[in-house]
Amino acid sequence: MPSLRHPFDNQRLVGTLFLAPALLYIVLIVGFPFLLAIAFGFSDVTVGNTELNFVGLRNFEAVWDNAIFRQVFETTIRFTLISQVFILLFANILAIIFTQDFTGKWFARFIFILPWATPVSLAMIGWLWMLDTKYSPIDYLLLQTGFLGRGGILSDDRNLFWLASPDLAQISVIFVQVWRMTPLATVILMAGLSSIPTDILDQAEVDGSRFMRTLLLIKLPLILPIMVIALLFSMITMFGDMTVVYVLTRGGPVDYTRVLGLYSFQVGIEGGNLAQGAAISLFAFPLLLAMAIFMLRTASRAEVR
Amino acid sequence: MGVLSWILTNFWALLVVALAGVVGSRIAWRVRKYGATREEFSYVLRRSPFYLVVLTFCFFAIAPFLIMFLHTFKTDGDLYRRPQPFVFRQEPTIEHLDALFNNTAYLDFIRNSIVVGVAVVIITLVLSLPAAYALARLTGRWGERAGILMFLVYLVPPTLLFIPMFRIVVLLGLKDSPMSLIVVYPSFTVPFSMWLLQGFFKAVPPELEEAALVDGYNRVGAFLRVVLPLSLPGIISTVVFTFTLTLHEFIYGLVFIANTSQRTLSVGVPTELILGDVYFWQPLLAAALIIAIPVGLAYNLFLDSLVQGFTMGAVKG
Repeated sequence: MPSLRHPFDNQRLVGTLFLAPALLYIVLIVGFPFLLAIAFGFSDVTVGNTELNFVGLRNFEAVWDNAIFRQVFETTIRFTLISQVFILLFANILAIIFTQDFTGKWFARFIFILPWATPVSLAMIGWLWMLDTKYSPIDYLLLQTGFLGRGGILSDDRNLFWLASPDLAQISVIFVQVWRMTPLATVILMAGLSSIPTDILDQAEVDGSRFMRTLLLIKLPLILPIMVIALLFSMITMFGDMTVVYVLTRGGPVDYTRVLGLYSFQVGIEGGNLAQGAAISLFAFPLLLAMAIFMLRTASRAEVR
Repeated sequence: MGVLSWILTNFWALLVVALAGVVGSRIAWRVRKYGATREEFSYVLRRSPFYLVVLTFCFFAIAPFLIMFLHTFKTDGDLYRRPQPFVFRQEPTIEHLDALFNNTAYLDFIRNSIVVGVAVVIITLVLSLPAAYALARLTGRWGERAGILMFLVYLVPPTLLFIPMFRIVVLLGLKDSPMSLIVVYPSFTVPFSMWLLQGFFKAVPPELEEAALVDGYNRVGAFLRVVLPLSLPGIISTVVFTFTLTLHEFIYGLVFIANTSQRTLSVGVPTELILGDVYFWQPLLAAALIIAIPVGLAYNLFLDSLVQGFTMGAVKG
């Protein structure tokens, strides 16, 4: 009785109706601001002056010729790349640990997930104290063990001034990023490990494959695409992050820990130059897009296999 | 206060005793089960490096939180005079917790965060429940493309959009109001929860829906009566993670809202509880810890379901 069919029986129609509101909202709330960001980049808009006058590539040229921007751009890429090495290393170890059964697993998992679960800006308050110029508990431990203080191996001073010296501030920021992002990469890898069909692992066991052999020859190759996804996911997250440095250093000392997001905030909002702020953050876009496309291609190739 | 004070002053000893107790009772349990044989001994020996690795990672993960916990109860004298961060030389105090709740805008921050979080969760569910179902079951090729688009949108960092969004918020007259966050946060929560929900919907056996269709339900009815109830655990975990995403967000909250009483937790605590160069360290650390613990527990509780949704979402339907 096709004439009596309810319109809701039409799969295509229902699908469109179901998808439309979400798509519409996202296009409005993301697509429109994104176009506006590009328009801002080509204009001379400021907080005070709301008119959009077309000024061509002037903002982009000014930004690119700015020595601070070059340094900021380079710092952002360096931080992102260096921290990924450690994140991937630790995430692999932790993913293998947490896909096994062991005593106290629930509690250990709770602890290991805390750095990721805590809102970033709040976790950074903890690290602000841990790395404090005068009261740092880390310095205290180093002092007690003879690494600091008079005749100390690291310094004669009682403190290392973690966030005040250029090298240590950079190391601190990278360390803290690794600390907070490792759980995310671990969870993605755990998803990969737990999706390996058990019959493959059973077969390996029947064939007498030992733990390390199974791990290196079966598990790791199988989760390689997921590893690429985890890597790109945390790269993109970190590339766009400004919270860590906002709370810890505000980009200091001098410009040593200033990253792209923070710089765009400082120029665009704090400095009131919306146009140049938008231009600064737009420089990140080609890189982010390249990473995202690479990630999707890896994912779809993994599905075909 | 008596018990708490005793726990705090003997914190490290208690920690060691607790760890030793767990390890001891576990070994005792194995010995009772398998006997104190040589094999058993070598098993424990072989297994211990594994636990050492776990303990090391745990130590690094929890170190700042342990410090937060201990410092919450330190008096100013104990904290600032001759630093000795790990033990109490003066009687622990709860005066800083008292100050945090009574003399600062902390409760306002909590209220704002909850209001924003709940409103965003509702908007997100209304938009993404049907959309995710459409992606999982109803639309073919173009639905898949829409799904990829959503995923790409989720990857767009707020640092790319906050400047034009700020302008839009000002134009809409929403500046300094939590409403601005309620409008903008779905830009990342909707793609996120669509991705997750799609995975949970795919896990529902299609035969059940077909049975419902045969029984005379239409597609919408089958979705409401069969798919939604069966995916309830997944939906709950989506709610939890969506809510925590809104708790985490920092940049939009920082840029859109400038007055103290309207700020959310993630922005209010690090900006408003610090007066210029004056840090009220104990309330600050306490404020962070009080949020960290419940969110951490929620994550741990729903982690398996997150992993499941993530895996299923990546599988072609």
